[in-house]
Amino acid sequence: MRFLFKTGYAQDLRLFKHGGQVFWYGLLMVLLLAAPYAIGEYLTSQLQFICIYSIVGLGLMLLVGFTGQISLGHAAFLAIGAYTEALMQARGVPFFVSLPCAALLSAAMGWVLGLPALRLKGIYLAIATLAFNVIVEEILARWESLTNGNSGLNLKPIELFGMKLDGDAGFYYLCLGLAMLSILAVLNLLRSPTGRAFVAIRDSEISASCMGVNLANYKTMSFALSAALAGIAGALYAHKVTFISPEQFTLLQSIELVTIVILGGVGFVHGAVLGAAFLIVLPQLISLAKDYLPADVAGTGLQSVVFGLVLIVIIIFEPLGLYGRWLKLRTWFELFPFYRRGMFRRQKSYMKSERLR
Amino acid sequence: MLQLLLAGVAQGCVYALVALGFVLIYKATETVNFAQGDLMMLGGFFALTASVMLGWPYWATILFAVAAMAAVGMLIERVVLRPVLGQPAFTVVMITIGVGYVLRGVVTMIPGWGTDTYTFPTPFADGTFKFGEVIFAEQQVAVIVMTAALVAVLYVFFRYSKLGVAMQATSQNQLAAAYMGIPVRRVNMMIWGLSAGVAAFAGILLAPATFVHSNMGFIGLKAFPAAVVGGFGSVPGAIVGGLIIGLVEAFAGRYMPEGFKDIAAYVVVLAVLMIKPSGIFGETARKKV
Repeated sequence: MRFLFKTGYAQDLRLFKHGGQVFWYGLLMVLLLAAPYAIGEYLTSQLQFICIYSIVGLGLMLLVGFTGQISLGHAAFLAIGAYTEALMQARGVPFFVSLPCAALLSAAMGWVLGLPALRLKGIYLAIATLAFNVIVEEILARWESLTNGNSGLNLKPIELFGMKLDGDAGFYYLCLGLAMLSILAVLNLLRSPTGRAFVAIRDSEISASCMGVNLANYKTMSFALSAALAGIAGALYAHKVTFISPEQFTLLQSIELVTIVILGGVGFVHGAVLGAAFLIVLPQLISLAKDYLPADVAGTGLQSVVFGLVLIVIIIFEPLGLYGRWLKLRTWFELFPFYRRGMFRRQKSYMKSERLR
Repeated sequence: MLQLLLAGVAQGCVYALVALGFVLIYKATETVNFAQGDLMMLGGFFALTASVMLGWPYWATILFAVAAMAAVGMLIERVVLRPVLGQPAFTVVMITIGVGYVLRGVVTMIPGWGTDTYTFPTPFADGTFKFGEVIFAEQQVAVIVMTAALVAVLYVFFRYSKLGVAMQATSQNQLAAAYMGIPVRRVNMMIWGLSAGVAAFAGILLAPATFVHSNMGFIGLKAFPAAVVGGFGSVPGAIVGGLIIGLVEAFAGRYMPEGFKDIAAYVVVLAVLMIKPSGIFGETARKKV
């Protein structure tokens, strides 16, 4: 068991709380950097997906986990990022210009969506974002002069400072770097007054506004930041799959993105990454398992059943998500043999009505 | 014009029925059941099994499907939703999304159902009859009449039966209802059963138009706007909302450019939410600090 003796307020704000964290995160970083040379092409490409989904997951975590707003429309932001990137690349704009543009345009749309969100809450907000998703998808499919409709757009490999990132390793490092930057950005944001304001809004809007938090500003800002991260991820996603069409950005995709947050653990930055990794790994495991199952079961429905069951089981038995499970495990080892089952139990909660606000 | 009106109302009735399922559950448990469309799909498959594979008459099919779905609904509430009672609303919403995934997947695994698309036979032939200038398709008239009948039955049930009154009480205030000796959990379970039954009914009415297949539940996503437009906590709102969405779609399909029909419902819902954030019939209660 490690005891942290705090002797100054600055210690509370440190990114790394103690030397152990520096060591383990450093080790993880080294492993991730060495990965493309050690694990082969296929797994590297899966790691790229994990990085990309982590970025969206972070965006959603900021919105859902830390600001307490619901969005079932993040696939739309992903789409906006992806299409911006594809269209700008087709017109010869270099990557280091088009990526910020994708993020900015996405953020602008997020800001716009955030405006009605000021008046909406809970399920009405979910429906409004859902409607936004459907509308964006339909616009992408119908605005054929720009987006080429349902036949989609093709992308070329990224060229960055004269280098062509068409190999797996190059693109992987780009994804990894951007994912790391996003994580750092989110962590820094969360220890700034802005991040504290987000958390205050999540916990109670009334008390937040009593403390002088401008709800309107911070809610729209949260939407915009979250959308910007989704836009960056969308641009990377477009390059990863090299072909984008509206049906990749449906409502189902949005729901999958939200499950990243739920599976990983609502309210933990780690959760976004864990959830993303889980979402990528699960289909692989299922396709491995298919060989051992009877033909009737191993159809197209298997993935959806397993996915649904995992979601249900995690929510019922581990409301804190994968990261919560890890926290419990770690605490168990740290405190052995003094761990109690109730340590993470929440206070007994009654149904909180959302009709009153 | 009247023709469009009729088509819109018929389509709207189906939306209204699915929306009614949403609203019943939301009112009682404050859970938005994202699996409502999939419950409808399952109901459609039950009806299909009864009528095609077992050769039962139409009315028996309806009874069977509704009863079976009511059982499924109660089972889902008991197994999946009761353990998370009292958790944040969004968590519960995610669980219903999970239920939807499972239902959609399970249907494809059951022998005889699978991923194919089936036609659903009805006693109402494709015949039409003329009344004045308007051509009535028997199918549409049947949908409208049956919806009206169901709504009337539900109205009587909620107004006069003991269980119906108990359900109303639960949906208004669970704690107070519990104090009055109403077994709130059991009532919640019955509401899920009722809602699933209504979904099955909607599935049967929709089946001739869209056929029965494992993804027909996505029409539930169209019923969302219906429920929201009417106000999520209001039963008459669901009916009105469903009709509005059905009509808007019918007219948008006729007078607007192609493709607008599919998003018309969502545009309407955004507009309504901008003006009246809790729907047309929504309650506007304020929290007292």
